[in-house]
Amino acid sequence: MEFSFIPIILSLKVAFASVIIVACSSIPIAGLMAKREFLGKDVVESIITLPLVLPPSVIGFMLLVFFGKNGPLGKLLEQWFHTRIVFTLEGAVIAAAVVSLPLMYQSVKVAMESVDQNLEKAARTLGAGELKVFFTITLPLAWNGIVAGLVLAFARSLGEFGATLMIAGNIPGKTQTMPLAIYFANESGDTRQASILVIIMTVFSFLVIYGLNRWGKGSKRDSRGGGNNA
Amino acid sequence: MALLVDIQKKLPGFKLEVKFETGMNILGLLGASGSGKSMTLRCIAGIDKPDHGRIVLNGRTLFDSQKGINLPCQKRKLGYLFQNYALFPNMTVEENIGFGIGDKKRADRLAIIKKQVKMIKLEGLEKRYPNQLSGGQQQRVALARALAIEPEVLLLDEPFSALDDYLRSHMVKQLSETLANYQGVTLFVTHNMNEAYSICDKLVILAQGKIEAKGRTVEAFKSPPSLVAAQLTGCKNLSLAKYIAPFELQALDWGINLKTEIEISRQIEWVGIRAHTIELASDGKGDNVFRCWLNSTSETPSWMTVYLAVEKQTQRLDNQQIQWEVTKQMWSELKDKPQPWNLRINPEELIIV
Repeated sequence: MEFSFIPIILSLKVAFASVIIVACSSIPIAGLMAKREFLGKDVVESIITLPLVLPPSVIGFMLLVFFGKNGPLGKLLEQWFHTRIVFTLEGAVIAAAVVSLPLMYQSVKVAMESVDQNLEKAARTLGAGELKVFFTITLPLAWNGIVAGLVLAFARSLGEFGATLMIAGNIPGKTQTMPLAIYFANESGDTRQASILVIIMTVFSFLVIYGLNRWGKGSKRDSRGGGNNA
Repeated sequence: MALLVDIQKKLPGFKLEVKFETGMNILGLLGASGSGKSMTLRCIAGIDKPDHGRIVLNGRTLFDSQKGINLPCQKRKLGYLFQNYALFPNMTVEENIGFGIGDKKRADRLAIIKKQVKMIKLEGLEKRYPNQLSGGQQQRVALARALAIEPEVLLLDEPFSALDDYLRSHMVKQLSETLANYQGVTLFVTHNMNEAYSICDKLVILAQGKIEAKGRTVEAFKSPPSLVAAQLTGCKNLSLAKYIAPFELQALDWGINLKTEIEISRQIEWVGIRAHTIELASDGKGDNVFRCWLNSTSETPSWMTVYLAVEKQTQRLDNQQIQWEVTKQMWSELKDKPQPWNLRINPEELIIV
C-alpha cells in the first residue's frame, strides 16, 4: 500500500487550530484565576482541569452528547449555521482543544501567579489600569510559562486519540489524524504505514520535550526576571 | 501641601489605629516590624483598604469610609518606593522611569526621563535592565520612577533595608539631598532609628498599631513619652522608677537614686539612660556618681558595649545590668583601671517616662 501523508497534514491542521483556540481562551481565564477571587472559583478551576484526569472516552462521550444531532449545542449549530461538528475535522479540533486546555491553563496560571505582586502594585501606583498592568507586566513576565504551555498543548493536540475517534470518527482523508491512522494501519496489517507514522510522532515528541528542557534551563540562566530581588 | 490620615484597620493580632497630619516636612513612621507602619503606607497608597476612617490629601479625599469614597490606587497620584524597589525586570531604566507618564507627549516624556536620569546620576545606563544595576542604582531608579509622575506625596517603605551597610550610609545622604528638592509630602517608614534620626524632621512612633509618640524627631529622641518610644529610639537602659522628691527618683532595677534636671511627677514609671551618655567620674563624690563593677563586654567594630553591675546589687539579672557604650580608645584606657569604677550619669541625659 502507498504511504499516505494526509494523516500528518490533518494532524498538523488540528494541532494548530487547537492551539489557537487554547491560547485565546486560557490566557484570559488564567489571568482572571491567578489574580482574582470570586465565588465558585475552585469549581471553575476543577472543571477546566478535569480533562487532564478523565479518560478520553468520557470526554468523547460528553462532546457527542453536547454536539450531537440532539445535543444542546449541536442543535443550535444545525439550526443557525447549518453545520455539524460530529464526524468533521472541526470535531477533532474541539476534542484536541478540550484535552490540551488544562495543560496550557496550568502552565500559564502558575507563571502568572509567580509574577511578583509588588510589580503589579507598583504599576498601579504609577497610574496603570488593570489592562495596562496585564499587558505590560503580567503577560511579559509570564512569557516563559506561556510558551511552554503552547508547546505542550500543541504536542498534546497532535497526539489526541480517544476523544477524537469518538466525535470525529475515523474517516480517511477527512478526519483520520496520525494517532488514528497508526491504530487502524496496525489493525489492518499495514505495518509500514504504522511504523513510519510512529517514528515521526516519536521523533517530534522527543524534540518538543528536549527543546522545552533546554529552553527552560537557558531562560533560567539569563533570566531578566530575577533582577529586582536584590 | 498637607496629608491627613485617620484610619483604623483590623490586622491579625492587633488593630491598626493611626491618626496624624503632616505638611511639607519629612515625616518618619518608626516602629518595630509588624507594628503596622508599612500597612499604614499601603492604605494611603490605596494598595490596602482601611476598615474605617479617612485620608485627605491637599483637600482631595482619597478615602472616606462614611462617604463611601475609596479612590483606586491609579487615581491617587502618589509616589511609592517599594522595599525591594519593584523595578520592572522586563524594562530598561528609561522604560521604568517613563512607565507612569505614558499619557504625556513623547517629547515631554523624554525630557522628564532625561531630567530624572540626570538627577539620579545614571547617565549612560538608560538602556540597562534592572538586574544589570547595583542595589543602590536600583533604588535610585525606583525613586526616579516614583518622582517622574510628580506625585503630591512620596511614600518610602524601608528604602534602605535591602542595602548593605556601606551603601546604606551613602544612600541615606543621597536620598536626603533628593528629598530636599522635592516639593511635596514625604512619608518615610523605617525600623531603624538612625535612619529616622538623620532623614526625618518629624516622627510618628508606632507599636502594635497604636501611636506611641509623635512630634519633632529631636524631641522624640530626647524625651520619648513612653517606654516603647524610648526603646524604639534606641535607649538601652530602662528601669522601673519610684518618685522620691521633685528632683530625685529611685531606679528600682539598678538600686540607685538619681537626681534629675527637670521636676518629675509622682506618676513616673520608668527611667532610662542612653548607653553612650554615661561618663567616667574622677572620684566617688558628687550627684549621680556610682560605683560599678564590670560584668561582661561585647565588641563591635567601632565601639565596646560594657555591661555593668551597680554596687548594691546582689543578683545580676539581665535588666539589672547597665549597658555602657565606650569608644575603643577609651576602653583601652579603662580596662586596666582598678574596679569599682566611678561612673556619672548626667541629670540632663536622663529619660523619664
